[in-house]
Amino acid sequence: MNIVVLVKQVPDSGAERNLRSDDSTVDRGSASNVINEMDEYAIEEALRIREAHGGEVTVLSMGPAGAAESIRKALSMGPDGAVHVVDDALHGSCAVATSKVLAAALRTLSPDLVLCGAESTDGRVQVVPHMLAERLGVAALTGARKLTVDGGTLTVERQTEEGYEVVTAPAPAVVSVWDTINEPRYPSFKGIMAAKKKPLRTLALADLGIPADEVGLAGATSAVVEHSQRPPRSGGQKITDGGDGGVRLVEFLAAEKFV
Amino acid sequence: MAEVLVVVETTGAVGAAGGYGVKKVTLEMLTLARELGEPAAVVFGAPGGAQELGAKLGEYGAVKVYAAEGEQITAHLVAPKATVLAELIRRVQPAAVLIGSTQEGKEIAGRVAVKLDNGLLTDVVALAADGTATQVAFAGSTIVKSRVTRGLPLVTVRPNSVTPTPAPAAAPAVEAVAVALGENDTLARVVERVAEQKGTRPELTEANVVVSGGRGVGSADNFKLVEEIADLLGGAVGASRAATDSGFYPHQFQVGQTGKTVSPQLYVALGISGAIQHRAGMQTSKTIVAVNKDPEAPIFELADFGVVGDLFKVVPQAAEEIRKRT
Repeated sequence: MNIVVLVKQVPDSGAERNLRSDDSTVDRGSASNVINEMDEYAIEEALRIREAHGGEVTVLSMGPAGAAESIRKALSMGPDGAVHVVDDALHGSCAVATSKVLAAALRTLSPDLVLCGAESTDGRVQVVPHMLAERLGVAALTGARKLTVDGGTLTVERQTEEGYEVVTAPAPAVVSVWDTINEPRYPSFKGIMAAKKKPLRTLALADLGIPADEVGLAGATSAVVEHSQRPPRSGGQKITDGGDGGVRLVEFLAAEKFV
Repeated sequence: MAEVLVVVETTGAVGAAGGYGVKKVTLEMLTLARELGEPAAVVFGAPGGAQELGAKLGEYGAVKVYAAEGEQITAHLVAPKATVLAELIRRVQPAAVLIGSTQEGKEIAGRVAVKLDNGLLTDVVALAADGTATQVAFAGSTIVKSRVTRGLPLVTVRPNSVTPTPAPAAAPAVEAVAVALGENDTLARVVERVAEQKGTRPELTEANVVVSGGRGVGSADNFKLVEEIADLLGGAVGASRAATDSGFYPHQFQVGQTGKTVSPQLYVALGISGAIQHRAGMQTSKTIVAVNKDPEAPIFELADFGVVGDLFKVVPQAAEEIRKRT
């Protein structure tokens, strides 16, 4: 099975993150950048499917030149190769444009299965899997906590508010995964060394036949009007339990009309 | 006045008529929609659902209900709803489209955005009459105001963002909408739906009160303590990632960066240190209280009231005190 895993480099969600003051895009220059955590689960799932059914795993990422570092890291887990869509004109692309670019790149790779994380920790928008499915005319099975491949049929178990549901679709399809699906492996030393020699191909917009004005800030379908830091919460009263902590907690709740 | 389409989020068994309810976020969206035009609700589901929900939707100002119902809708994921909604948007030319910022709501919006080559804004917490939307980004640390610059305002609204206010309209007329699908719309087929014990607690993202437990709760069994406080306060139960990863509580109740984002009136954090992972999901809560044995725990930087102490002493005493007062 030919699998493409979508990987996004994001600012570390454990560090301070900001929007740039000049063009309101995510500040990727000053932040420490990492692989979007949820994508590691997608890579792991792809590797497990390859181990069980054979085939190839290709990483696909769209991002600035610096994203190559995260792509190499992804490769060190075990995928066979990678494609990096990189073009200055992509800076500031909205989700609609991003899906246009990724769909065009996916068409050149003709995968049987596209795997990705259920959301990125920077935007948390969750729309790209379905946007890709819409553009490619395939099914999207999102939020998988379990994925089974049986010939050309994909079956996913996904959590719902009422319980869970089992959904099936024919390959090719886009499947997004939650962190409940597996436990990603750590790259081995051998894997890290091997990743340096794996093929990493770059594609520019021209290679995909997409005009520059359809993407990036120029082609964005939405715009930030303004942004500001939310005033940090200041801690209130902190008491040390001296035997009546529970009562005092409830006194606070009662004063705030919660009890 | 132009219509504003509001996609109704329902509670209850999808696929079976009867027992449908309207989620609070729907009433919030109807409240917002009234500022932008004439609210018209769009109901997806089993036959009869729109009729069943009509009165409640009218109570919050819906002047019309579009009903797209049937097995084609309920037996497949997302795509059929997006196709029907996009067609309705083309026909009605609404002033705006509001959808719940749930996983499925965002997915419907995403597909519609591609179909119509229209911008979309997700996780919106406020919407001005001119279509400017307010979003909260980066774990609640940044406030962003944005506009759709291509097409109409297509936004998904985060639950617990506005107070739903009734504005009764005359009983809304229900108009059936044809479900005309393309062959790609029915590729993802739901083959089984398994209901799990749900109980009577409110849904996590919609609850006014959320009581969460973390690593400090120590075991699945001890989570009864968290549930007890939640029930006494009429709230939902949440858990930190540390607690769900340790198997103390099911994953769907995780609050945080990789779980649900909640914004209740009251958030109670029990045995939660307050790592950024957790704060990402709860720091826009109105009032926060915390119990933790570590006085240096970062959760206290957020808490309006914090108790440094053993939660196994403090929490049972609090439960007892609430019972005394109610």
